[in-house]
Amino acid sequence: MMDNKMICTEQFENVVEGGETIGFAFLGRLPYYRGLGLSMVEDIQVSVDGEEIAREAIRFSVRGKTYTLDEMETVYDDRWNFGEKARIIALKPGGLAPGAHKISFAVRMRVSYLPFVPTTRDTKELALAA
Amino acid sequence: MSSIKRGVSLYSFQNETFQGKMSLEDCVRTCAELGANGIEIIGEQTFWGWPEVGVEDAAVAEWHRLMQAYGTTPVSHDFMLDYKRYKGREMPFDEQVASVKNDIDFGARLGMKYIRALVSIAPEVLVAAAPYAEEKNIKILIEVHAPLHFDHPWIIRHAEAFEKAGSDALGFLPDMGMFLFAYPRVWKEKFLRVGVPRHIADYIEKAYEDRVLSEYVILNVQQMGGTGPAIAMAEVTRHNAAFEPKRMLDYMHRIHNIHGKFYEMTADYVEPSIPYDEIVAVLQKGGYTGYICSEYEGNRWIEDFEEPDSVEQVRRQQVMLARLLGEATVPSLKTPIAA
Repeated sequence: MMDNKMICTEQFENVVEGGETIGFAFLGRLPYYRGLGLSMVEDIQVSVDGEEIAREAIRFSVRGKTYTLDEMETVYDDRWNFGEKARIIALKPGGLAPGAHKISFAVRMRVSYLPFVPTTRDTKELALAA
Repeated sequence: MSSIKRGVSLYSFQNETFQGKMSLEDCVRTCAELGANGIEIIGEQTFWGWPEVGVEDAAVAEWHRLMQAYGTTPVSHDFMLDYKRYKGREMPFDEQVASVKNDIDFGARLGMKYIRALVSIAPEVLVAAAPYAEEKNIKILIEVHAPLHFDHPWIIRHAEAFEKAGSDALGFLPDMGMFLFAYPRVWKEKFLRVGVPRHIADYIEKAYEDRVLSEYVILNVQQMGGTGPAIAMAEVTRHNAAFEPKRMLDYMHRIHNIHGKFYEMTADYVEPSIPYDEIVAVLQKGGYTGYICSEYEGNRWIEDFEEPDSVEQVRRQQVMLARLLGEATVPSLKTPIAA
């Protein structure tokens, strides 16, 4: 559901902090017909050009608040809303070179009524501006 | 002329609202133009923030403005109750009841008659919340949805609990997808696209039509050499079946809203997999006077291949329903949705 709409194409950039490129970021949506409290987002997986980013190196940011995936597990007062574009940050010293990169983005959700724990994935080629 | 009323669950427009292609006002106006005046929502789909963060009064005021401007009626707030909110432990009973009460309050703020409970919620939780629902003039309806059905022990357990509680605030919301009398074409086509050999897909479709037990279908598909997606296509028959619409008749006194589930409406106004003529006849026989709310769910079966046109699909279903209900006017759209 919504698989091919998870990765948004309008923003793909290196993240610079204190003059240093610390990683890259893109906008991602929850593949679901509703939103979800952050404690029920079990995992977010990102890979770039086939290289898997470690769970510890992923940050999730909505409405100005940024969380690690471990922090999200006990966040009961914030949500990833329906269709909301979250900023997904992957820490990778030096960031990415300008040009095309194949981004893969997967979300595992704990959904109360489902007798399984779904993981949904989208893969898109995004262009990083020089 | 039937006393059954037409409505739409805005779930139907999820493909468009997810992408910001339709606003809440676009959705409400579309329903109103089609004469589908009952509006059902999934609270947390329509209102960002619900339930963990909450919803501001201004957003609720805008909802009421839309209802008034377009002459539409709030019907149901479908709530979720995330009892798996905490990793590794289920939400305690009292907290579940409090959560349902919170959704009763939200339903009341939105002017809803009903709130929809998911079928996996325990009857004791709903029974405990019923007195509060009565106070707020809201009915809690559990959604009877495939693979469950009105003869399933879990639903019978709910029915018995509701009768024992003796509360009119407890009832059912049947989803018409449980009366799946043919394997949906859009499902078959999706499985063909992911690599199911045509002869196997044809076999599964025919076996479904012949009402063959799903376990036999799965074994036969394995013996035909089916793997991965072919097995998945056969396994779908474990979770869907052609139950009989007339089974609703025993529960009419507790059925207050209907999900008009559909997967595909053809250009000549037919849902090839769900027998709406029979369904409407049963509901009329049972004296049903509530809404049938369109619930389009074909989107997820075609989105890999083409952009769903949810408005056109809902329009076609509303035309079909109006015909079956004996209405004189054919529902039609006046305002195109900007792409």
